[in-house]
Amino acid sequence: MKQVVFISGKGGTGKSTVVSSLSLIVHNKMMADCDVETPNLHILIKGESIERRDYFGGKKAVIDYSVCMQCGRCWQVCRFGAISKKLEVLPMKCEGCGVCALVCPCNAIRLDDEKTGEVYVSSTDRGTFSYALLDIGGEGSGKLVTEVRKSAEGQCKGEEWLLIDGSPGIGCPVIASITGADAVVAVTEPTMSGLSDLERVLDVARHFGIPAFVCINKYDLNPEITEQIERFCQQNGFPVIGKIPFDPAIVEALKNFKTPVEAGNVEFTDEVVKLWHRLVDELKKLTV
Amino acid sequence: MKIAVLSGKGGTGKTAVSVSLAALIPGSQYVDCDVEEPNGYIFLRPRIGKSISVELLVPTVDVQKCTGCGLCARVCQFNAIAVVRGKVLVFPEICHYCGACTIACPEGAIKEVPRQIGVVEISQDGAFIHGRLNTGESTGVPIVDELKRNLKEDAHPILDCPPGVSCSVVHAIEGCDYCILVTEPTPFGLYDLEIAVKLMERMGIPFGVVTNKASEGVDLIDEFCEKRGIDVLVKLPFSVEVAKAYSQGILPIDVDDEWRARLALLYEKVKRGSNK
Repeated sequence: MKQVVFISGKGGTGKSTVVSSLSLIVHNKMMADCDVETPNLHILIKGESIERRDYFGGKKAVIDYSVCMQCGRCWQVCRFGAISKKLEVLPMKCEGCGVCALVCPCNAIRLDDEKTGEVYVSSTDRGTFSYALLDIGGEGSGKLVTEVRKSAEGQCKGEEWLLIDGSPGIGCPVIASITGADAVVAVTEPTMSGLSDLERVLDVARHFGIPAFVCINKYDLNPEITEQIERFCQQNGFPVIGKIPFDPAIVEALKNFKTPVEAGNVEFTDEVVKLWHRLVDELKKLTV
Repeated sequence: MKIAVLSGKGGTGKTAVSVSLAALIPGSQYVDCDVEEPNGYIFLRPRIGKSISVELLVPTVDVQKCTGCGLCARVCQFNAIAVVRGKVLVFPEICHYCGACTIACPEGAIKEVPRQIGVVEISQDGAFIHGRLNTGESTGVPIVDELKRNLKEDAHPILDCPPGVSCSVVHAIEGCDYCILVTEPTPFGLYDLEIAVKLMERMGIPFGVVTNKASEGVDLIDEFCEKRGIDVLVKLPFSVEVAKAYSQGILPIDVDDEWRARLALLYEKVKRGSNK
């Protein structure tokens, strides 16, 4: 199964719109939403739940006050400010590193597994779909992302593709989304912010050695910056495989819980079909 | 008064609102806490005067002293150390710089050395500050912490937060007097707003909502906020002028008087609603 991850650097450029549309275009595939902080794909891809489980991706320090002799060593050594002067564990700050337990002279501190989110797998008319929701302020979003991908892989029945909707940014969830993937498609928009963020996210893809391609969404909103993006991509060896025009009807379709493909937006659909064919061709070139 | 601007969903207009507020409020300080993808500099065009390297302590092993016992790898909760055939391997990108390995090593063979993960840059006049995570690094939280050490408390800091509700956002909004949640009237915007509201309730910070790209009439954000007793502070209409200006790195308030008026109103409402 080949894994293609849609990322963007900047948020709100249209990753989920493109992935949900591809879910109606690409055959023999599975889908995963790796934006575990604010997953959105399940809003557009409905199905029947076949799995729902808690994920314990972190640890938290717990102090047994019946044994604690209030020496304060834990407070001194914690680098995350997660133990207050009154020697209480502040759960939002505790990273579960265990240094406090290591230095406690009376073994009053233990690390408990902590639920950090939930993983869901559902069966849909477009294929199996996995996603997750990180608990508010939960640690280890990267680990949960890896779990979402594993859940999809575990359900694989010979599907050819796994389409992954990524998260904005360049940090741990993005790194966890693209590690070991076959290709990255960066969805961008023709704004100075979009370009600045694109450059950084492509740098991450290059850093981890993943072949990367670019799709410019709403490309006609600012033709000069679109040109600038194309020039940048050409100079740096990132093929531009899609250019999607701006159309207010797309937002209207989304407001009605429909992908632009379902809403009958022909121009958009054509462009996404082309994007997919170009991607498949480019990937073939890579394996030759 | 420290104001944080966040959203849950990306691309709703946090930066457009933050930089506009910064430009409107005399003597304010703009703080870009989206260290993974900072964009505020594009609009405010600061002259950087000072750069601070943000470094973390990561372990290095003195092979002369190391006996290969493997205790360091066993205490590391993040699998950032492995001991293979008596040799210690450190993976600095996933190290949480907690110091457990150094404390655990019975031979005193581990020393922590600083390693740069990004920078904080401050403008000459001090009114602009942002952080930048090096690509390939996994956490920007220490950079956000460094930004917060450089806040000018008397200057109305405006903290432009990253999307999502991760630890970076928690660190950024901690200690703020008011949070502005920027959203858009789509099912995505609403779903992510609900998540951001949960974060607000957990942190106990006063907050209100700004609906960007709004059209006329009551929308799904109004309905949600009405039901939950949340203030919709202002609605910012979708405007092609603003979208164009934004794409070129021009402040929305410089091209649209409606935006300017509504942002001034937003600031008044925030002042009334905040802790201070």
